[in-house]
Amino acid sequence: MQLAWSLDGLIAALFAVFGLGMIVTRQMLGVLQLFILHSLALAASALVLAVALGSPHLGWVAFITLTTKVIAVPLVLRWAAGSEIYERREVDQVLTIPISVLVAAGLALIAWVVAGPLVNAIHDRPFAAINVPTGLMSLLFGAFTVSVRREGVAQLMGLLIMESGAFFASIVLIHDLSVIVEVAAAIDVPIAVLVIGLLIRNINRVTGMTRVGLLAELRERR
Amino acid sequence: MVLALILLVPLAASLLALGNHRVAPWITLVATLIVLLLSGRAIWAVVDAGTVSALGGVLTLDPLAALYLGLVAFVGFTAALYSVGYLAARRAGQTEGDSTPRYRQYHPLFNVFLASMLAVPLAANLAVVWIAIELTTIFSAFLVAYEDSAEALEAAWKYVALTSMGAMIALLGVLLLYFGITNAGQAPTWAGLGLAAPGMAPAILVTSFVLWLVGFGAKAGLVPMHTWLPDAHSQAPASICAVLSGVETSGALYMLLRIYPSLSANPGIVNPQGWYLVVGLVTVATASLLILQVQDFKRLFAYSTIEHMGIVLAACGLGAGAHDLGATYQFFAHALTKSFCFYAAGLAVIVLGTQRIDVAGGLMKRSPLAGWSLLLGGIAIAGAPPFALFVSEFEILRTGFTAHQYLATGLLTVFIVLAFIAVMYQLGQVVFGETTDAAAAPVSPLPLTCRAALLIAAVPVLVFGVYLPPRLGELIRAAAMLMGGAP
Repeated sequence: MQLAWSLDGLIAALFAVFGLGMIVTRQMLGVLQLFILHSLALAASALVLAVALGSPHLGWVAFITLTTKVIAVPLVLRWAAGSEIYERREVDQVLTIPISVLVAAGLALIAWVVAGPLVNAIHDRPFAAINVPTGLMSLLFGAFTVSVRREGVAQLMGLLIMESGAFFASIVLIHDLSVIVEVAAAIDVPIAVLVIGLLIRNINRVTGMTRVGLLAELRERR
Repeated sequence: MVLALILLVPLAASLLALGNHRVAPWITLVATLIVLLLSGRAIWAVVDAGTVSALGGVLTLDPLAALYLGLVAFVGFTAALYSVGYLAARRAGQTEGDSTPRYRQYHPLFNVFLASMLAVPLAANLAVVWIAIELTTIFSAFLVAYEDSAEALEAAWKYVALTSMGAMIALLGVLLLYFGITNAGQAPTWAGLGLAAPGMAPAILVTSFVLWLVGFGAKAGLVPMHTWLPDAHSQAPASICAVLSGVETSGALYMLLRIYPSLSANPGIVNPQGWYLVVGLVTVATASLLILQVQDFKRLFAYSTIEHMGIVLAACGLGAGAHDLGATYQFFAHALTKSFCFYAAGLAVIVLGTQRIDVAGGLMKRSPLAGWSLLLGGIAIAGAPPFALFVSEFEILRTGFTAHQYLATGLLTVFIVLAFIAVMYQLGQVVFGETTDAAAAPVSPLPLTCRAALLIAAVPVLVFGVYLPPRLGELIRAAAMLMGGAP
């Protein structure tokens, strides 16, 4: 059990670092690689918990995460949004990198403070003190990424790390999601990536860019 | 079996529509009619039995869910009927250089969009309900982007990015609640939540609620997460606006209404009404002011949707029973009235060729049907008597004053009156204003299916303010009881 605690702590630290990396990385391909590593960390945590807690359902969560986020999402995204999306070196964002790091540090603190009462309420759940604040941190990192990145694919990655954060926090709480939920969740993510990827491709076709943060045709006329 | 068919019919229709785009509108129409009839049968059973289930409890329907199911089925049918003529008229009105609309994708997407919305009240498992809500956004993205112009794609992106971000925030809330319910030995359903809530750790329930308020609030258009709503409604076809505003945003609000009795039932949570009241009042106030300065009548109706979402939340916040019948009836009446408003707005766009208030005018002279429809929709949505929204708003305000909530109820009254004046002033310009030279072209006859959809949608708007069929009244009262904290 002690080994599992150590491993989960290490994975949580990597999960947080990969999430932070997605905020500060300027290269599109780098963002995608960090997303894959981030998803791998989620799968690894689920696997460690599956073994430590003797929960086969968490093994399924690890398997679904691997097949959907690590394998299917990059393939679907490349097919839907077009491989040329990754050729752009720089990803635009509203804030500079140092300010983004500062905001991310603030978000990490908020996550730990907010998770405090929650962790107290579920203190009987092993690993909750590690996974719940880290998951919440990833949720906030993802929301921040969606808010500050101007590039469509980077914003989509932000949405996905939000989802990973929610699952990272909840795998310590729910060890037996019903089969229907697991199947539905496995289908939901690739469909969402497919549709949003196609939307990015169409925006690129019509406007000649994928920097969705610069789209500003719609506003109130005065 | 009926509950399962309600989901299977639109899915089958989507596949059929994908195969043959020429008959796709009629396939969609027949499918939505079947869904409406099946939903009617399911609702009838709910009024008799209280709750019905299918597929071993995977699908379930209680009165509040049945009320929402009926709204989705009705608006889905009228929108499908309206789409037949509306899309054809819009295509005929295209000029060279315009973008090519996604006509072939419209009907397959419309059907899966409808199926995902129908799954929201039907799914028993809370996590599946969340997936259904997320899929409503995903499947409707390209319906918002139907026109395939830069503006439509921008609106679709804003819609997807903001509401999906909200959905991810709400996901953590759903999973926390899932844990809280199953930890108490209950099934992760609405009924299970009702049973588990009194003994649940307040930190879990409050954190879940706050995540829902922000997450589902973005989808419901609550201020300050409302910015996607006017953009999406200004670009989407009127038939999609009717569904988005009438029932999709209400789906997110439905989630916030369903968690309300659980918050009230937990003795460790102090004043849960305060959250609803503050967010509701801020939303109503902002929307009322924005309606006053808006320059596009489809955006006007979108802001009106934001206002009504706020009124329902504020009604919950007023407590003292205002959340019972008033909020439930407001939820019900808004969906029916707002879909009618967008059908009328769509006809006005066909007649005038614009949706800009400052250049539109003389609608009544150019097309009395479109003019009267827009006027009727405006009066009804603004909450004037004898329409259904007047009844619900009057009930909410009456209960608020009776409960001595003078400041909050007074503010709500001021904002509702302000919105009423703003809606009437703005639509008055479109209906009775001067006709511009640009709008002097002859008007071709309005599509038959649009007129039929408008007529069908007008019936509940005109009737339910003065008469409510007894069984429907029973359903609304039973739904209100669920919101009042009954197990």
